Amino acid sequence: MVEGALTQRTDVSATRRRWDWIGVCVADPKVAVGGGFILCLCLVALAAPLIAPHDPLEQDIMLGLTPPPGFAGAEPGHWLGTDDLGRDVLSRVLYGSRVALTVAFAASALAAVIGSTLGLAAGWRRGWVDAAISRLVEIWMAFPPVLLSILLVAVVGPGVGSVIAAIAIIDWTRFCRVVRAETMNQASADYVTAARAVGFAPGRILMREIFPNVAPVLIALISLEMGIAVIVEAILSFVGLSVSSDTPTWGGMIAEGRQALHEGWWILAAPLTLLLLTVLAFNLLGEGLRRALDPVMRR
Amino acid sequence: MSAPILVIDGLSAVSQRDGTPILRRVSLTLHRGETRGLVGESGAGKSTIGKAILHILPSAVRVTAGQILFEDRDLLTMPSAPLRRLIGERIALIPQDPMTALNPGRRIEAQLTDGLRLIRGASARTARARALSLLEEVHIREPERVLRAYPHELSGGMRQRVLIAAAFALEPALIIADEPTTALDVTVQKQILRLLRNMQNAHGTAVLFVTHDLGVVAQVCDSVTLLFGGKVIEEGPVAQVLEAPRHAYARALLDACPRSDHPELGLRPIPAELIARLRREVATP
Repeated sequence: MVEGALTQRTDVSATRRRWDWIGVCVADPKVAVGGGFILCLCLVALAAPLIAPHDPLEQDIMLGLTPPPGFAGAEPGHWLGTDDLGRDVLSRVLYGSRVALTVAFAASALAAVIGSTLGLAAGWRRGWVDAAISRLVEIWMAFPPVLLSILLVAVVGPGVGSVIAAIAIIDWTRFCRVVRAETMNQASADYVTAARAVGFAPGRILMREIFPNVAPVLIALISLEMGIAVIVEAILSFVGLSVSSDTPTWGGMIAEGRQALHEGWWILAAPLTLLLLTVLAFNLLGEGLRRALDPVMRR
Repeated sequence: MSAPILVIDGLSAVSQRDGTPILRRVSLTLHRGETRGLVGESGAGKSTIGKAILHILPSAVRVTAGQILFEDRDLLTMPSAPLRRLIGERIALIPQDPMTALNPGRRIEAQLTDGLRLIRGASARTARARALSLLEEVHIREPERVLRAYPHELSGGMRQRVLIAAAFALEPALIIADEPTTALDVTVQKQILRLLRNMQNAHGTAVLFVTHDLGVVAQVCDSVTLLFGGKVIEEGPVAQVLEAPRHAYARALLDACPRSDHPELGLRPIPAELIARLRREVATP
């Protein structure tokens, strides 16, 4: 009886195991909180035209600099107040999340592709390939990142595309270094020797044996990189080198709010808070995923 | 005895970095179904021989002379495509550390059927059936469950059983066992050795057993080759080498083994002058 019960239990757990990793990830509080916030933000960005109470570009000079509800002089319908041109801060913050998330996802994906391709090549081939790529990374990292990105955007011209390219071009080194180290680490394990002894082609060993074991670190790093991309985008918007000024961005709003800081603190506070929370969420998600996806630590 | 399956003749290898000799004209002959212990201290070149046979030497080591005849074909001069196929099909490796020898990100089933699918072109279904019977053969309970498991869900002993099963998957003629029990505790070690021995007898496989443990050699090997500094210094049937060693180093090595039947002897290290003399001896051609 007891034995039968035990077998049954293991069978159930075995059929479930295919989807277990999702459960393991979501069960991690950091993944749940960080991922949940990012998911909400994605929905908000997609549904911005539906949920924003006003057109983010609609100006109303008569209603300029009204504070959020609860403060003297608040205007009903403007939940986070208005800026000096009378534009609704809440609507602008919601629309700003579109640029922030687009840049976060596209730039980190691009940086991850460039960086991990070179990192895998360096960690697997070693020798002169490794030497060349590693020296390139070292030279690359000697450039001050913000100055380099400002220079790049200034040369190529502003726009979402050039912001994404600038971030990817600067931050691929981060992926390259981590993926190279992890590839070297995995390549020295006995299972790789065993695969070689069976006679698998080197390309197959790299992509089917090693890469899946490098992926957890890579996924965590992509999440962290998204947080960094959000900040860099805000910096470029702040100095006016991101998208054109008629598209609301968090960085642009912070720049505008800075000029009107003494008259209306809320113009600055709203995008700043959201920026902070978004970066925090990406970092929590990355940290949580790193733990949850690690096959050795996986329970 | 039957025809030799593996003949190594005058195999020499050096380190690429500084030209230090790693193997010095090593010769050994292995017959079908024979278990040969390859014994020596760290750096004696015992693992290098195994890796040279499998063609997985690190790039820092270069073979300079000699032959490795496996089933009458020289592995050192064969073109690489048929060589890879021959090695993959006829020679298997049982790696040293069961903790890292299985890919942590793939299920046991995938890893156990790699060779069957790559070399035999077996279908998923036949490969799976073969994997199940292999797991039963190495006495794993609930083989269905183990097939679906990831390596971290198995104990060290279980993983080593899985690795033994994987080594026998293609019915190879030769298995290179690179210290397969050093990472296991003594009771598990004994079970694994008995299992390996039984499997080998059932399949008639020759085993090159790389180890530094003379107790293990006494348990599983038919014959033994003793290496020092990349040179063969004694060779023969286990009974002869362990009971009446001819070489002074072999005697010293045996004396250094702790004896539970003679606790009063204590631990007797190998005399430093003997080591120094041997170093000079192997260095002069």
